[in-house]
Parts: sequence; structure tokens; C-alpha cells
Amino acid sequence: MTLDDRRPTWTPRIGCDLVTVQDVADSIEIFGDRYLTRTFTPHELETCTGAHRSQRLAARFAAKEAVLKVLRPGDTAVPWRSIEIRRAEWGGCTVELSGNAAALARDQQVTDIQVSISHEPRYALATVTAVVAGT
Amino acid sequence: MTEQAIRKILGEHGRLSVDSTAVERSADLYELGLTSHASVNVMLALEDAFDVEFPDELLRKSTFASVDAIHAALTELGV
Repeated sequence: MTLDDRRPTWTPRIGCDLVTVQDVADSIEIFGDRYLTRTFTPHELETCTGAHRSQRLAARFAAKEAVLKVLRPGDTAVPWRSIEIRRAEWGGCTVELSGNAAALARDQQVTDIQVSISHEPRYALATVTAVVAGT
Repeated sequence: MTEQAIRKILGEHGRLSVDSTAVERSADLYELGLTSHASVNVMLALEDAFDVEFPDELLRKSTFASVDAIHAALTELGV
């Protein structure tokens, strides 16, 4: 067996994004529910409430963009709501894809998508990793 | 008229690093500072200004990539 034979048959991908929290607060102020419902899923809106709502939503937007960087959609249309950032029981977040986002992952064999988000009053960021099988 | 409105909206919501009234029609707006989040605001402002709704199939990066591309999208929506 050579070293090449033992190479894993997958490659990692990584994506990250940074969002200014005030930008999200401004969008909510200007466009209201239209902004919220076009950008976030009902689950995301239900889990992002309270005093830090804009921070939490900004982190989820950053996560969606980071997922897009992993999915590498080219010019495929990917509505923001087709990437859902779900709250996990252990306190972190998971990613659930639907529609074109799910199709992109399936077609490219992108699996094991993991997300980490963080936010503070001014900025929110997210990092996403995944593996691509068979390459 | 449509192009003027597009440029006004880009100036108000696009967060571009340059004057939106002076941008070349084919210039890459992402290269000029348009972020994915700002593109959402641009889309919503365009919907308000032209009384249209961008369908999911138009929510791709190229739709908002230039003044020309936005104009073409609005034409597709009947503006």
C-alpha cells in the first residue's frame, strides 16, 4: 500500500462571514417583516428574540453566507430561507438545507456541514466547515 | 428613469464605496462594496419603488451584480 492509497477520499471546505449588527437592525427598522420573512425562516425568527435579537439574527445571516461559501453556488439561485440555522439542544447551532441549497450539497456531495457562530454588540460572525466526498 | 431610480436605491442601500450616480452601467457592484446583506436591502427597496416582487429564481448573485443586471431583472419583472 502506498501513501496515495491511504489518502482520504474527501476534502474539507471552509467558509466564514462577518456581519455588522447595526446593518441588520437598520434593515428591520426600514423594511420590517418583509426583511425578516424573506431572509429568515420561522424557526430562526422564533429562536432570535429578546434584547439581543439583532445580534442573533446577524449571526444567522453570517452563517447563511458562510454556508453559501461552502456550497459554492456560482450563479444558482439560493434563497436565504433555504439555508436554516437551527438551535441545537446542546447550545450550539446546526445547518439544515432545503431547495436549491440542498440540491447543491447533494450534487457536489457536500456533507457533514458544521457551523459555529458568535456575536457581540457590533459584529456577528460565523464559520462553517464541511467535507466533500469522493475527491 | 428606471436607471436613475436604481442608482438612487444603490446610493441609499448599496453601501458602495463610490458614488452610485457615477458608476459604469456594467461595473461589478460587488467589487465596489456591495455585500450580500446590502443586496437584500437593495432588492427590498427595488420592490418598494417598482411595486414588484423578486421571485426565488432571481435571488442569484448575478441579478444584483451591476446596474445593467438590475435593469434587466426589472425588465424581466415587467417594469
